[in-house]
Amino acid sequence: MTGSTLDPTKTELNYHHADEVAAPHGGEHHDFRIQGIIVFLIAEGMIFLGLFMAYLTFRAVAPTWPPEGTPERELLLPGINTIILISSSFVIHNADTAIKKNDVKGLQKWFVITAVMGLVFLVGQIYEYFHLEFGLTTNLFASTFYVLTGFHGLHVCFGLLLILAVLWRSLKKDHYNSQHHFGVEAAEIYWHFVDVVWIVLFLLLYIL
Amino acid sequence: MTQAQLQETANIAAHGPDVGGGDWRKYFSFSTDHKVIGIQYLVTTFIFYLIGGVLATAVRTELATPEVDFVSRELYNSLFTVHATVMIFLWIVPAGTGGFGNYLVPLLIGARDMAFPKLNALAFWIIPPAGIMLMLSFFVGAPGSGWTSYPPLSLVNGKAGEAIWILSVLLLGTSSILAAVNFLVTIWKMRVPGMGWNQMPLFVWAMLATSALALIATPVLAGALILLSFDLIIGTSFFNPTGGGDPIVYQHLFWFYSHPAVYIMILPVFGMISEILPVHARKPIFGYKAIAYSSLAISFLGLIVWAHHMFTSGTPPWLRMFFMITTMVIAVPTGIKVFSWLATIWGGKLRLNSAMLFAMGFISMFVIGGISGVMVAAVPFDIHVHDTYFVVAHLHYVLFGGSVFGLYAGFYQWIPKMTGRMLNEPLGKIHFVMTLIGFNMAFLPMHKLGLEGMNRRIAEYDPKFATLNLVCSIGAYILAISTFPFIINVCWSLFRGPKAGNNPWGGLTLEWMTSSPPPVENFEADPVLATGPYDYGMGDRSTQVDVPFSEPSDPDLSAGPSSSLRAKADPAVAAHPDDREGESANRE
Repeated sequence: MTGSTLDPTKTELNYHHADEVAAPHGGEHHDFRIQGIIVFLIAEGMIFLGLFMAYLTFRAVAPTWPPEGTPERELLLPGINTIILISSSFVIHNADTAIKKNDVKGLQKWFVITAVMGLVFLVGQIYEYFHLEFGLTTNLFASTFYVLTGFHGLHVCFGLLLILAVLWRSLKKDHYNSQHHFGVEAAEIYWHFVDVVWIVLFLLLYIL
Repeated sequence: MTQAQLQETANIAAHGPDVGGGDWRKYFSFSTDHKVIGIQYLVTTFIFYLIGGVLATAVRTELATPEVDFVSRELYNSLFTVHATVMIFLWIVPAGTGGFGNYLVPLLIGARDMAFPKLNALAFWIIPPAGIMLMLSFFVGAPGSGWTSYPPLSLVNGKAGEAIWILSVLLLGTSSILAAVNFLVTIWKMRVPGMGWNQMPLFVWAMLATSALALIATPVLAGALILLSFDLIIGTSFFNPTGGGDPIVYQHLFWFYSHPAVYIMILPVFGMISEILPVHARKPIFGYKAIAYSSLAISFLGLIVWAHHMFTSGTPPWLRMFFMITTMVIAVPTGIKVFSWLATIWGGKLRLNSAMLFAMGFISMFVIGGISGVMVAAVPFDIHVHDTYFVVAHLHYVLFGGSVFGLYAGFYQWIPKMTGRMLNEPLGKIHFVMTLIGFNMAFLPMHKLGLEGMNRRIAEYDPKFATLNLVCSIGAYILAISTFPFIINVCWSLFRGPKAGNNPWGGLTLEWMTSSPPPVENFEADPVLATGPYDYGMGDRSTQVDVPFSEPSDPDLSAGPSSSLRAKADPAVAAHPDDREGESANRE
């Protein structure tokens, strides 16, 4: 029967069920999963955009910004943190390049480095929280500061989980090769997204 | 590979041994079949529609007399708040997008499922807990600040109910975002070969526009609700003026979602109407591209008009002008659609069955809502009628006269495909007439009430409004009773309805080329596009599917075109034994 549901030559159309039979690692036929990640990140970006817009409006309406009596913020630690996070975006890109050359060891190495850098960023942020001289409810600036950085921190945590999951799969199950590396790409795209958001955040909350 | 072997292997690969109808338990499981999920959405949201209707009836009972006599003021506030929340977030949005969208989009584009089936199931299963949680809030103090939940009122009004409202709406928003991601990727990547963008059925275009809108607007509401929950629970003051916050920022963020939300509610219905009219008028759709692209135009414009809800919130005049003009401009793409629909009906051989009646009822009622919409878009008029019953009338003409009429049209159109059985036409017509009378009786007088100055969201009013309010309340009761013929009809049809056959209406879109209900992966073989989706009476006569004009229950009609279409799609499929079974059952 031509064009049957289980004809492997037909699977590249859209047929995920047959795909599971034909290609257990779910690789090349699933090229639309990348589009899924991109579309999802548009939604994520819109949450941040909404929060940025709220921040900018508060700032535009307030007579002074930050409000009177907000303690000065240290720039050194978040500056170092920013450099670490931005560099990690370049590091994770090496992992993607490695797996496209079938270099699983390279993938694991670069992922470990990225994960460590992400972890350092998070620890740095928590350290900063404990040493800031304002709390969540001190004033409007403090509230937006904590909500924006905290929400971004949550995204870093999620990105870390993603990286660790991919790492675990590559170690335990030999899951990725030059053909099948959706998980690697997804983690990479997500990590870049988190970085870009941080750059905007850093400019808004620390520099401008 | 023989048919039996094929079927067996396909079952193992996919969803277990059930094919098409069969085991009812799958509707209570984490099924990844888009058709099961679509029906799960439709049934769940319809139950919430009934709950919302009960709440509405309670509201109208209170308003039947000018005094506060039926419920307390606090309970009254909760009744209209939960009524609106349920109807918007648990009925119209998920029924149009999640329900009909899930059921129809893969069928219409010839795909076997959505792009991310598990994500799809997850998006559905978020909804029941969120809805049940909202209902249970009545036991701990239900939210009572209106469905807009404006601070600072919502921050002082009873925290438990408000927190539940926020969490519930956040969950429903998450579900909506996940569904939108799925639709966009499905439509983008999974169309059957040969179906370019301009061969897509119009419902698919509408779902594309809807999903894009949901994807962009919903997260902003999530952002607003996150900030509101911080204000409520932790005591920050983003929106609390006493702590330096600005409640207007909440209104901006809220309406950035909630105005587009009305297009999220109406665009899928526009799409369904564009499918229903040509089938029952037996004519090609008029202005395919105009209808398709106007959906996108509505999406785009829908994102830049939100502040027309805030003309009385101290918006500066120059900004009001911008929002007034953009709001009025939306009437243009909407008008293009209405004219295209009318031109489609014009000169057609109309089959006035229930689906068509509801579709035409939709056009007339929606046009009234659209005209009052242009009226309230004008700043001076809006300032006069702001927060009066005129606005209540307008929004109900758009959301009930528009979305709900359209959803009913969709039910009558596609339930035969979903269940494989026809609905009862006389009962459907009774349903339509009762709905039309009840609806207009309930909401038409509200225009006058609003112009005369009756405020919305009040339990007690000036006795001079008593007569018209009584008329509204009686209309609301008729509207409530009008759902019974529909429920009876569906229940009767499930067990006793005549077999529908593959193509009871003689449609040309792909969902009619598979069996009713469709098998697990929709098509026996990848369907081949033989005609455009609306080529009724067009093209070469030898390849023409000619459907005689007759009642839809006519066995020749329900069997004839489907087998000829299927024969064209794949000669092997036409000889499928199920077909002959369906045909013989019809002839009995």
